[in-house]
Amino acid sequence: MTENEIKAVLPYQKPFLFVDTLTNISEEGITGSYTFKKDEFFYQGHFKNHPITPGVILTEVMAQIGVVCLGIYLLRYENLEINAPKIALTSHAIDFFLPIHPEEKVTVISEKQYFRFHKLKCKVKMINAKGELVCRGEIAGMISK
Amino acid sequence: MTNEELILKLKKIVKPYIQDENAFENLTEETDFINDLKINSANLVDVILDVEDEFDIEIDNDAMEKMLDIKNALAIIQSKLA
Repeated sequence: MTENEIKAVLPYQKPFLFVDTLTNISEEGITGSYTFKKDEFFYQGHFKNHPITPGVILTEVMAQIGVVCLGIYLLRYENLEINAPKIALTSHAIDFFLPIHPEEKVTVISEKQYFRFHKLKCKVKMINAKGELVCRGEIAGMISK
Repeated sequence: MTNEELILKLKKIVKPYIQDENAFENLTEETDFINDLKINSANLVDVILDVEDEFDIEIDNDAMEKMLDIKNALAIIQSKLA
């Protein structure tokens, strides 16, 4: 399954789609990136006159790339099959190290821990454009066709 | 292993995932993981994985689908251990 085929079945859209590119797609993991726009909706309120990407959004970026995109690959969607997967976030534990400002590019690297009985659990980390660790942790969700 | 011994081990495994303390304290073979203990579906997977580790057995998809209450869990674990 290719990058574009995975993106075609993603159940998100603007302003809540946080996947630009996907690389290193395999049974064991996935890497992907997203560049925050200058005018993302959450910068209006987080914080007043001082835009910083909320931790929940960083977690969302890691979940979309690291768990949902990898899960779609593992579900083995056939070519042109575009029914969206049923997904639910079930747990996450993330530690944060650096802030992310508007227009910054982040890269998410996800390693599968297990995918059994529709539950996908991954070890996920995010790095900034300089390669510095932004956040890391574990995210799990249920995913099925 | 007797069913009583198995239930003790199962109780230890499910404890971190339960919502209903009362149902847990009064657990019997009839207790249902989701409806009585209010374990969510993702944590039910954790229960199954912990059962595999604890008893060194492998639970397949068919067995997983039946493991919804204590009685069926005991039957499946006993059959795999036999």
